[in-house]
Amino acid sequence: MAAISARNLSFKYAGAEKPSMEGVTLEVEKGSFVILTGPSGCGKTTLCRCLNGLIPNFYSGELTGELEVDGVKVEGKSTAELATHVGFVFQNPENQLFSLSVERDVGFGLENLGVPREEALERVQWAMRATGVYELREKAPHELSGGQQQRAAIAGIIAMRPNILVLDEPTSFLDPKSAEEIVSVIAKLGHDLGLTILLVEHRLDIVSRYADRVIVMDEGKIKLDGPPREVYNDQARLIGIGLPRVTMLAHLLRKDGINLSNPITVEEASSEISKLLNK
Amino acid sequence: MITVQNVSFNYPDGPQVLHEVNLAINDGEFVAVMGENGAGKTTLVKMFNGLLKPTKGTVKIDGVATQKKSVAQMSRDVGLIFQNPDNQLFAETVAQELGFSLKNFGFSDEIIQKRVSSYLHLLDLESYAATSPFVLSGGERKRVALAAILVWDPKHVIMDEPTIGQDYMQKERLRNFITQLVSQGKSVVIVTHDVEFVAECQPRIVLLSHGTIIGDGPATRILTDQTLVEKASLKMPQIADLMNRLATDHDASREIIEVYAARDYLTKRIRKATELAQPRRGIG
Repeated sequence: MAAISARNLSFKYAGAEKPSMEGVTLEVEKGSFVILTGPSGCGKTTLCRCLNGLIPNFYSGELTGELEVDGVKVEGKSTAELATHVGFVFQNPENQLFSLSVERDVGFGLENLGVPREEALERVQWAMRATGVYELREKAPHELSGGQQQRAAIAGIIAMRPNILVLDEPTSFLDPKSAEEIVSVIAKLGHDLGLTILLVEHRLDIVSRYADRVIVMDEGKIKLDGPPREVYNDQARLIGIGLPRVTMLAHLLRKDGINLSNPITVEEASSEISKLLNK
Repeated sequence: MITVQNVSFNYPDGPQVLHEVNLAINDGEFVAVMGENGAGKTTLVKMFNGLLKPTKGTVKIDGVATQKKSVAQMSRDVGLIFQNPDNQLFAETVAQELGFSLKNFGFSDEIIQKRVSSYLHLLDLESYAATSPFVLSGGERKRVALAAILVWDPKHVIMDEPTIGQDYMQKERLRNFITQLVSQGKSVVIVTHDVEFVAECQPRIVLLSHGTIIGDGPATRILTDQTLVEKASLKMPQIADLMNRLATDHDASREIIEVYAARDYLTKRIRKATELAQPRRGIG
């Protein structure tokens, strides 16, 4: 069973002239780590809003096609029902945290779902440990650094035990070191818990090494789809994707007639170029 | 010119955010303020238009201390674009958003109209003139917030995290735009975590950590200094990291941080290495 299965999915916002997403057909394998990218307005946010039912529950418009998430048909489901299948993490953790302590914040979603107290406590403890915020449980969210806040926000989401985690540029407010740390926490959660990760991201430099697959959308449609090494080609550049800088460099060096593969990390690029300099 | 002299700051009953900061930014200069989350970057730039006043020391804009003027007076010269555009936007349409401040500054209707339409064009917002800013995407709202400030032509332009939520093409546009502003003699200060953007623009970098300036100089020097980069919770840009690795074994240049410069350098080096490896052909 696929984690996400979309067939010919299209959506036009009420009052919009043309659809924001058109004919999206997609199967995402359980447990995979997928990057969703594309220029602003390409339809990636619209696709994500369908996955947790924000479309059509909170945004009106015309939705056509079929969508199954975690084996559940999304049509007719409330966002609360879907929350136990798909967890959402946003750009700015401050928008997701509001309680007086990390522990209460992490438990908030469970309380709303009516999970019995004993079980809720257990899950909160587990989620805080899995994201490394257990030691911070009594702190108020505003006392935490940006990276710690984002980990607390993720803890609150995984406490609801979704099988799929959708993250919308979760590192953009963080300094580079915290950003790297969050991405590795996400990758580890995916790996240890078998979660399916869908990461919406413009900055491909830090996330590419973890990805099994990159999906590039443009003008409402899926334009490229495959492993990062294959997707980061000339066509991706023409669509306006900011390739990792070492990948970009390899493209340019190949144009100069230098024999290089398509590295996606600094380590790969360094070892290949090093060999060439040793000739 | 922006002058910061021995500035310290703490929020009432709060911890000290800035310690004895000294800094001078010239007209026509482009500066990126970088540093870890909570380093004091936003606090520092909020001093530039008088939103915050130093608890100790002085901030002067073109020779006048910010204590002597109101924020409203200051903002004519210093345009501050917030990190979150929602803190700034309120009008019913994008065009009204751009016209609002001009009206307050007492410009004539004719000038307002001309300026608004020219800035809608510059920031690629023409098709949204009659749209509410609140139905636009995050990236678009950021452009509206930028246009709404630039429209009154402030001498100094301060942007807090301008690249968040912007895709690659928009960042390229922003980069060109900043170059234009700087060439008009404006000082441009950005607060940013985006090391790759900075590697491409190569501004002067002011590095803050725990409220103190720990580095100040050209991007090629600051972003290639492993110790400074670590201390400020930054990462080297990918190209700087790559060149740094190659430097150890191959004596490659360490001060390259940008893709095209790296290409020129490496193409030459690799060609040379390959030529040397070719067996020599005897002459005649």
